[in-house]
Amino acid sequence: MPTHDVLVIGAGLAGQRAALAAAEQGVSVGILSKVHPVRSHSNAAQGGINAALDPGDSWESHAYDTVKGSDYLGDQDAISIMCEEAPEEILHLEHLGVTFHRNEEGKLGTRAFGGASAARTYYVADITGQAIMHVLYEQLMKHSEQVARYEEWFCTALALDEGGECCGVVTRNVADGSMQLFGAKAVILACGGNGQVWKPTTNALICTGDGIAMAYRAGAKLMDMEMIQYHPTTLAGKGFLITEGARGEGAHLLNAQGERFMERYAPSKMELASRDVVSRAEQTEIDEGRGFPDGTVALDITVVPRKRVHEALREIVLVGRDFAGVDITREPIRIKPGNHYTMGGIKTDNDGRTDVPGLYAAGETACVSVHGGNRLGANSLLDTLIFGRRSGADAAARAKRTEGSRPSGAALDAEEEKIDAIAAREKGSGRRVAEIKQELGETMDRHIAVFREEAGIREALEKVRRLKQEAESAYIDDKGSVFNQDMLAAIELGFMLDNAECTCVAALERRESRGAQYRTDFPERNDAEWLKHIDLQQGDDGPEISYSEVTITQWEPEERKY
Amino acid sequence: MAEYTLKVRRYQPESGEGPYWEEFDVELEPSLSVLDGLLQAKDRDDGSLSVRCSCRAAICGSCGMKINGQSGLGCKTQIGEAHAQANRRPAADRGTPGRGSEDVPRPILVEPMGNMPVIKDLITDMESTHWEKIRRVTPWLLPHGEPPEREYVVEPESMIDITQSMACIQCGACVSSCLSMEADPEFVGPAALAKAYRFVGDPRDAETKERLHDLAEDPHGIYDCTHCFSCIDACPKGVAPMDQIMRLRRKAGEEGIDDDPNNGHNHVSAFVKMIEKKGTNDEALLIQESYAPGIKGKLKPTKGAIEGLLKSLPTVLRAIRSGKARSPSKLIPGIHPKLPGGAQDDVKAIYQHAEAHQEEFNIYIEGEEEAEPEPDETEAGEIAAEEGTP
Repeated sequence: MPTHDVLVIGAGLAGQRAALAAAEQGVSVGILSKVHPVRSHSNAAQGGINAALDPGDSWESHAYDTVKGSDYLGDQDAISIMCEEAPEEILHLEHLGVTFHRNEEGKLGTRAFGGASAARTYYVADITGQAIMHVLYEQLMKHSEQVARYEEWFCTALALDEGGECCGVVTRNVADGSMQLFGAKAVILACGGNGQVWKPTTNALICTGDGIAMAYRAGAKLMDMEMIQYHPTTLAGKGFLITEGARGEGAHLLNAQGERFMERYAPSKMELASRDVVSRAEQTEIDEGRGFPDGTVALDITVVPRKRVHEALREIVLVGRDFAGVDITREPIRIKPGNHYTMGGIKTDNDGRTDVPGLYAAGETACVSVHGGNRLGANSLLDTLIFGRRSGADAAARAKRTEGSRPSGAALDAEEEKIDAIAAREKGSGRRVAEIKQELGETMDRHIAVFREEAGIREALEKVRRLKQEAESAYIDDKGSVFNQDMLAAIELGFMLDNAECTCVAALERRESRGAQYRTDFPERNDAEWLKHIDLQQGDDGPEISYSEVTITQWEPEERKY
Repeated sequence: MAEYTLKVRRYQPESGEGPYWEEFDVELEPSLSVLDGLLQAKDRDDGSLSVRCSCRAAICGSCGMKINGQSGLGCKTQIGEAHAQANRRPAADRGTPGRGSEDVPRPILVEPMGNMPVIKDLITDMESTHWEKIRRVTPWLLPHGEPPEREYVVEPESMIDITQSMACIQCGACVSSCLSMEADPEFVGPAALAKAYRFVGDPRDAETKERLHDLAEDPHGIYDCTHCFSCIDACPKGVAPMDQIMRLRRKAGEEGIDDDPNNGHNHVSAFVKMIEKKGTNDEALLIQESYAPGIKGKLKPTKGAIEGLLKSLPTVLRAIRSGKARSPSKLIPGIHPKLPGGAQDDVKAIYQHAEAHQEEFNIYIEGEEEAEPEPDETEAGEIAAEEGTP
């Protein structure tokens, strides 16, 4: 049985940063990912990473913007940690080799981003996530003696010992289909978000909420699961992302009448208001008939100088050309709000510890919470790195002071049985996995989107519960061992349905409007009753609800204006 | 919606059978991708059809494949265009009887990437080929001493310069298309060399010289590229790996590395001088000129030149036999024909222009395919003039 002191599941930014931080402490580390690490979805973070590094800026200002952006649901102690440690992390990345944009003096240069009171977003053209992740992967290759890489291994479940502590994972080697139990003194889940539960989404096909579901099944608490971000600028139909950097560079949002409609919704910050605010403004324009017939509004990038677009928004030029047939330097591009980010996730403390001893979570999988009801642009990369590093360091410290127990073979047997049962289903015995996934995505996008109300959420929840039953008999075509993607899709569908159920339950529970949760039947924010987190834990009949306090240190809730 | 047929090169390793072709009929918008088509076939017809994919937006680099023989990303190739390409016939084919009916469209051919072992269907073993080569170039920054307290202060252009190779998503399309690698599987290759330039061009890296020596002296290194441009065509991200290889060669030359066992730098110099002087390649003299240029080399050929000439004889004979070298008389040193008329002056003018414009082409600075003149100013002028008219 492969055994490591610290085992990291997922190899995007949070996972790679956690693995490197743990290795620095001199413990044995393994990092395991269902895809090759550089395929991870952190690639998609285009715009940049926030830090108050400039002497004229302050971490308090960054923290205040984040607190306000979160609609006061973010925990202020965690936010302070993130913002205070941000500058050092940026410098660390720069020293490792990230090719950050420079100003004329050759020092790190910034761009403006939404919801921020200063231009504090550091970037590499519009491939910031990709550039950072590839540099971290360079470091993993460099430190291959300290960090073992398990590339294309799929984690199916966590293994707990008799005392309820996490002591390993059950995995499937994608290349040959063999099942393998791993032992570890600490397991860090860094599996990304659950965007695939919605359709369309900006998220990659791999973002199926695996980590969130595995932790939930192991008894860990989830938090803020209703908080799902709809990004203001996604391509209609396919859901591809147009970076907020475009608006940061000065692009305008226009309705079908050519009006710069943000004047009516956020007169001072205009297009650079918080994402929830901009998405609601767009959806209102579209719903009230001022959008284009295909249910979109326009993003006009032609106001940004052409040379600057090529230098700083090249990826978007390609996305426009290849996926929408539009030259964004010459004409506006049609966009709409689309599913983008999971603010909620596995409830952790500021060192990534979950409610299950030995189990950690970091990045989009986790909910510390630094994003609360709405994440600011360019704060997600920061979240992955800061809390990835803290999780890695704390997990290593735990590994040093504990003996650890061996996971029992029962966990492996249970997973093997499940997989055999899926393979044994006859063709036609139920629905196809892809069909269920499609219905789930459409249902969630209809009811758990920019605007929500009770009847819709209830309908979604009922459908999700029906789909859960149908998934029990869904069949697959591929019965083989080598790269059986069909089997992985069936397991992922189970993860996605758990995520969906939790989101519906939390969205139904929160009877107010805050951040990404806008209830048309409760349109006001209600601090007296709802300035609290909704926690969910697996019970016999689905998620059981409890509440926890929001940590407020120095910023009392006030009305949010942009 | 339109209907398309995808003809997929399949291989199911557990079946005991060899590779085979299978056709899938799909129905989708022409602006959707070949990957979308494959996923539709997988979702509706056959879940065992295997293809790595994730982002669908040409950023994760998972879905490298060959489409109608061309290496690229499945998600970045529009299915309508792939269909048109498959049915674009050479002029000679049109109307020729017995060539098959024009009414039956040809399917879109989809195959796994080249230069890599196939694991299953469109899934290749990138680890033993692509990634091993990436690791070959010491792919991490090697700065000198302790890092500064703040950031490294560097020329802003240097970061933009290497951001072009940083844009690589490691999809392997260039490796798949590389003709040199087909001939020499040990060639370090376009992706790994582009990665190497990312460090050689990085002012923070302190091992530039060592890296250049390493790659110039490796018989499978930077001089193994034959300038075929395939990798530039294949790259979905505009990294232009061949350009990065040429940058490495120039840097190696600037570094004074001219005694590499491949004699690569001197070969390049000889070639460049020869074209400037004669307009076309004088095959008979190229090897000799590469080792010892000018009269001196003719009077007293070096050992390397003699060895090189002897080694090239079998190739020359093969070329004559196969009809590729059609004027064997040209192989006699000294009787290479000159260009007609003033054509040689035109060649020299090209050299002068190139030397006067020594800017590197970099998509992050120049914009891409910027062939057409910038119309904004003239158009704006015209509009202003029109608006001025009552």
